[in-house]
This record gives sequence, C-alpha cells and structure tokens, in this order.
Amino acid sequence: MKRKPQRRVAVIGAGMSLFMRRALETGKELSYYAASQALETAGVRLKEIQAVVMATAPDAFDGVHMKGEWLLDGAGGVRKPYLRAYVGGGSGVFSIISGWTLVASGLFDLVLVVAEEKMSSCQPHPQGAFLTIFDHTIERPLGPNLLWIFSLEQHRYMATYGIRNEDIALVSVKNKRNALDHPVAQVAASLTVKDVLASEVVAWPVHRLMVSPISDGAAAIVLASEDVARRLSDKPIWVQGVGWSLDTSYWGNRDLAYPRYVERAARMAYEMAGISEPRRQIHVAEPYDPFAYKELHHLEGLQLSDKGKAPEDLARGRFERTGELPTCPSGGLMGVGNPIAAAGLMKLCELFWQLRGEAGARQVPGNPERGLAQAWGDLMQVGTVAILGVN
Amino acid sequence: MRPASDQAPTVPTVLSALDQVEPRVWKGAMPVQFLYTAGAAGERFFQTLKRKGVFVVTRCEECRLTYLPPRIYCERCFADLSETWREVAPVGKVHTHTLVHVDRQGRNAASPTLVAFVRIDGTDGGLVTRLLEIAPADVRIDMPVELVLAPKRRRRGTLDDIIGFRNRR
Amino acid sequence: MLEYGWDAGVAISRFLDGLKAGKILGVRCNVCGRTVTPPRAFCELDFKPIDAWVELPDTGTINTYSICYITWDMKPLRKPQIPAVIEIDGTTPRAGFLHLIGGVKGSSVESIRKQLRVGMPVRAVWRKPDQREGAITDILHFEPVRGRRR
Repeated sequence: MKRKPQRRVAVIGAGMSLFMRRALETGKELSYYAASQALETAGVRLKEIQAVVMATAPDAFDGVHMKGEWLLDGAGGVRKPYLRAYVGGGSGVFSIISGWTLVASGLFDLVLVVAEEKMSSCQPHPQGAFLTIFDHTIERPLGPNLLWIFSLEQHRYMATYGIRNEDIALVSVKNKRNALDHPVAQVAASLTVKDVLASEVVAWPVHRLMVSPISDGAAAIVLASEDVARRLSDKPIWVQGVGWSLDTSYWGNRDLAYPRYVERAARMAYEMAGISEPRRQIHVAEPYDPFAYKELHHLEGLQLSDKGKAPEDLARGRFERTGELPTCPSGGLMGVGNPIAAAGLMKLCELFWQLRGEAGARQVPGNPERGLAQAWGDLMQVGTVAILGVN
Repeated sequence: MRPASDQAPTVPTVLSALDQVEPRVWKGAMPVQFLYTAGAAGERFFQTLKRKGVFVVTRCEECRLTYLPPRIYCERCFADLSETWREVAPVGKVHTHTLVHVDRQGRNAASPTLVAFVRIDGTDGGLVTRLLEIAPADVRIDMPVELVLAPKRRRRGTLDDIIGFRNRR
Repeated sequence: MLEYGWDAGVAISRFLDGLKAGKILGVRCNVCGRTVTPPRAFCELDFKPIDAWVELPDTGTINTYSICYITWDMKPLRKPQIPAVIEIDGTTPRAGFLHLIGGVKGSSVESIRKQLRVGMPVRAVWRKPDQREGAITDILHFEPVRGRRR
C-alpha cells in the first residue's frame, strides 16, 4: 500500500434475497430484491445512487454471456457508471473493495454494490463450467473435477499439521447450526460430527456435508462517503481496511497447507485499518467457508489462529457464536448457501447487522465493534479481505 | 528498459522455442447446458399470452414508462411494479426491419427471413419477431402490424407461441 | 454447443515433445532459483524469460492425494480416481503438478490409505513408446516405489 486513503467510506444499508436451490426468479429479479432492500434500509432512492458495482462469477453459471450487462437493470445500473467486479469466488468481498475505491477516491459519494449468482441454470452440474479452469493441455486430459483441488488441499493441510477429519467436520456442524437463525438460509441443520462423517465420501477426505450447496441468490449493500453517511445514517458502519492479493496460477506450485495469498490480503487490510493485534482487535469474523476445511485454513491465513491450530481453537469453542472470536455467525456458505459472488457479499451484510446490533437471534454478544469478512477464489489463489467497524 | 536506438531489440531465447517444437492445438468443450427461468414477470407474460392472446405489461407512473416485456421493477427508479399489471392489445408498428440471408451457422439460408423490431402500441417496449405474409419490398417503417399466435391448443407458454406479426387489417 | 481449439503454446508444446520421448522436462529461473515443471516460457515471479531447460528424472514424491468417488457431473465411480500433486525429484520443494496415482489395490478409503501417504516416493508409469502421442497422458500414472525411503 503506497499511502493510506484520505476519504472514509461507510456501509449504510444491506439487503439479501432468499438463498435457494432453484429460484424461479431471473438473476435480474433476484438482484432487484437484494438491491432495493439495501436502498430501502439506507433510506436512499435509486436516483441518488451515483455508480453501481456488480459482482457475479463466471458467465457460464447463469448461461448468459456478458451477464454483467444482462444484470444491469436488476442491479440499478441503468444510465449510471457501472463496473463489474470479478475474481471468481473472491468476487463478493471484492465487490465492496471495488465500491470502496470508487468512494475513497472521491469520484462518488453514494455507490450501490450488488452481487448475484444463479447456479441452478447450469446443467447437468455447474462443475461442467468449472472444468475449464483446469489447464486444457496438461490437466484436463487427466479427467479432473473441481473437488480434486479442494480434497487435495484439505489432505495436505491435514497431513502437514496432523489434523483429523473430525476436527474439520466440526465446521459444518457449527455453521449449519448457526444458519438455523438466518431467515434466508438454504441448508441450515442441526447435525453432529458423526452425521457429517457418515455422509458419503465424495473425494476423500471431503464428505458431502463438508461441501457448500449449489445456490441461487443475491446480496447488496450501499456505500457512502463520510459526509453523506453521517447525514443519512444514525449508525454508519465504516470500511476500515481492505486488501486483496493473487498468488500464482500454477496451483501445484503453491504451499497447499497455508493460504499465503490470504495472509497478504489480510496484512494489507490490517495496515490500512491500523490493526496490530488482529486476534484482540477483530471481534467477529466471516471467513470464507465453501468447504469446511477452508474456514480453518483461512483463519490461519488471516492470522486469527496459529498455523495448524485453528482446529484446536474450534474444538475448544473459540469460534462459537458465544466464543472469544465468533466465526461465521451468519451460518456461512455451509449453512446459508453459496451463490458464489452473493455469498461473499452476504458475509459483509452479516457484519453490517452484527456491528449495528441488528442480527437478532444471530447476534454475537458483547457489542462487537470490529469485524472481518474474507473470500477466496479464482483458481484457489485470490484472497479478498474487508474490515468493517463502528467508528 | 529500452534498447539503444542503433541496436535491434534482443529477442529472448524462449520466443524462438517454437522453431524446435511442433505446436499443438487441444480440442475441447465446456460440457454444460442451461435451464433458464422466465422469472416472475416473464412467467406471467407468457401464461397470459397463452391463455388470453394478449400482452401483459407493467407501468411506472412516476417515470411514465410502460414495460413490455414486463418487469417487476422500474429500471430507472426501482419502484416495485408487481401490482401494476395491465393488458394491451397485441398490435404495434414496425420500428425497423431487415432481411436475413444466413442461418445461425453463418451458412446461406434456403430462403431469406424477414425480421423486424415491432414497437407495441401503448408501451415503451417491443419485440424482435418475424414478419409474415408480406413481400420484403412491401415492408415500410411504422407500418401497423398485428400478432399472429399459434393455435391455442399448441401454445406452450414460451416465445415460440408467437409465430410473428403481419400487416394490420 | 461451442467447441474450442486451445493452443498449447511454446513451453507446453516442448514439454509434450519431451513426454513423447519419455522425458519429463522442467525449466529453471536463475533469479529466484526455482526449477519447476510443467515448464513455462517466463518466470511469473521475476517476469523474465526462463534461463534453462532441464531434463528431470521420472521419480518424485506425493505432496498430497485424494480418493475421488464421483465424476464432475456427480455420477458415482466404483473404482475411485486418485488425483495427486507430485513433486518431481530435482524441482524446487512445493513445486508440484497434478497427476494420478495408480498401481494401488482395492477401492475403499481404508485400503487405499494403507498403501499411500504424503511424502511417499513415486515413479512414472509410461505408455509404451509407440503409443505415446505427446500428451500429459503419456504418463499413465505414478505408482509408489516400494522399498525406497527418503
């Protein structure tokens, strides 16, 4: 980071559609539900919005080429400066980063940020679209599927630190249980570690209940500059820091046991937010959890657990909603669902509600003042981080 | 770093590597198909067309816009339009037209297709459609046209229920 | 459906020629000191052309493996695939690439895990020379090297 940005940026509204297996609504309509709700909670009319950021993952999920443009009207972007933000699974958190740059730079005072995914369109399975992220010449002839890279990474993580699958299954248990309190959740459940490990092995060490679902859904937030935020909102939630980083696309050349790209992204965000002791200064976290092990992997990259120690922290209750550092109090992707880009932005909606004390049954105790959301994606190589706080 | 002006730029050795190898092309596809939904507004549009043979539209009074195809929100002001349904007669005017001589694979079509964008009367929208029962030379901009719909028993609630538009009688 | 023709490119075409001849080729960058395979035309860390091509042995170690019971479209596989990240001997540590493990008996997680572990030495099992076509599948899979400890 060359220099700290001068203009402060706040989140003043948030909204979500239902997350579900198969929505009859179009992606535009889902986007509208989330975006109009975010505007309403912010008390802002669409005509006051000066620019729109739209995050949505590969065109091949919705089956609409150039779907950023297709989604334009549902995102409220008609006749406005409009920007599509896209770093694969990291897009949801990258969307607030993109919106933040538009406001922090002084270009705009009010920006609407929307994220959408409609994966149910893609048949017979969205994995068919994911196949092309493997190198066409030296990987696809081997017959890979997307689960390979995650199960390979999980196994390396387990082997490096001596982690048991029981320790990882606990993430599914925690997040699916937390999601029972989320009104838009798709796969909330009350389960035990035994249930998770009794679900079929899809790619050892990954069991079916350690994988987030295929989902349709949208989420949105409204960003404002400091003056505008203070005028429009009694409780603006400030973007204190953002960071992002991509590691090499030769995924086999990376250390699979440790997400260095997440660490780089986090260090950038911590520096901007003036955070020197993240474990003390972050009160609630929404690490990215498309697979159960990823939450733990990411907590270590975020410096919120020691390397290889996140499973122990989880087992002793540190990450429970009432624990020392609640993680995924929303229910995460494992519980709320995983419409890719929308799932990342859902995490920021959750921080907005948590920090305002409006999370209802999901509220973490102790009046949290600062939260962190993180997402990950592209070819397992991008970390995106945003830190929100009450002041 | 720029090369000195009197020197040819140095070509990195790797760029000549193709001289020594047989370059290869790998064939492949993205093996997916899609199931699209018409959505809340689209479903109502097609079901009404199938049942009653008319178009349903939505209207934003504030922006003075009538949406065809209908939408459940106004794209200008985000007003909720899901309670503003009304029906309009399936008639309109040729806004622009073209004669298409190639098929979707880019091959010459056996017979050219007359295609138009028809603005529907009383709305701010319209449809891309075929023009029927008319010679290409006789089509005029702003010519009034009317909907030709499939027989009721053959309608499926999709765009294929619309066969085209023809000269309004 | 759309179909594509993807160019293998400069470095990978040469790598494939190597496979056809039964050799695993890698590249070296003298700035970061890494030796990696599959080869690339430039070092993505130092952003300069690679310095040398090297012939590597066809042995390595398992960085990680998985036992996969489904296809990409969620059809069950009775005989699982065993994808692995293989670190080829002579390359920089943690610079592995994707391939498959074979020569393992049984199909249950338990029986396969008894025969494999992270860090285990493996050797490439090649197609017969007259059947090679200059493809990554000229190596059928890697199989454990018995009786060799590292």
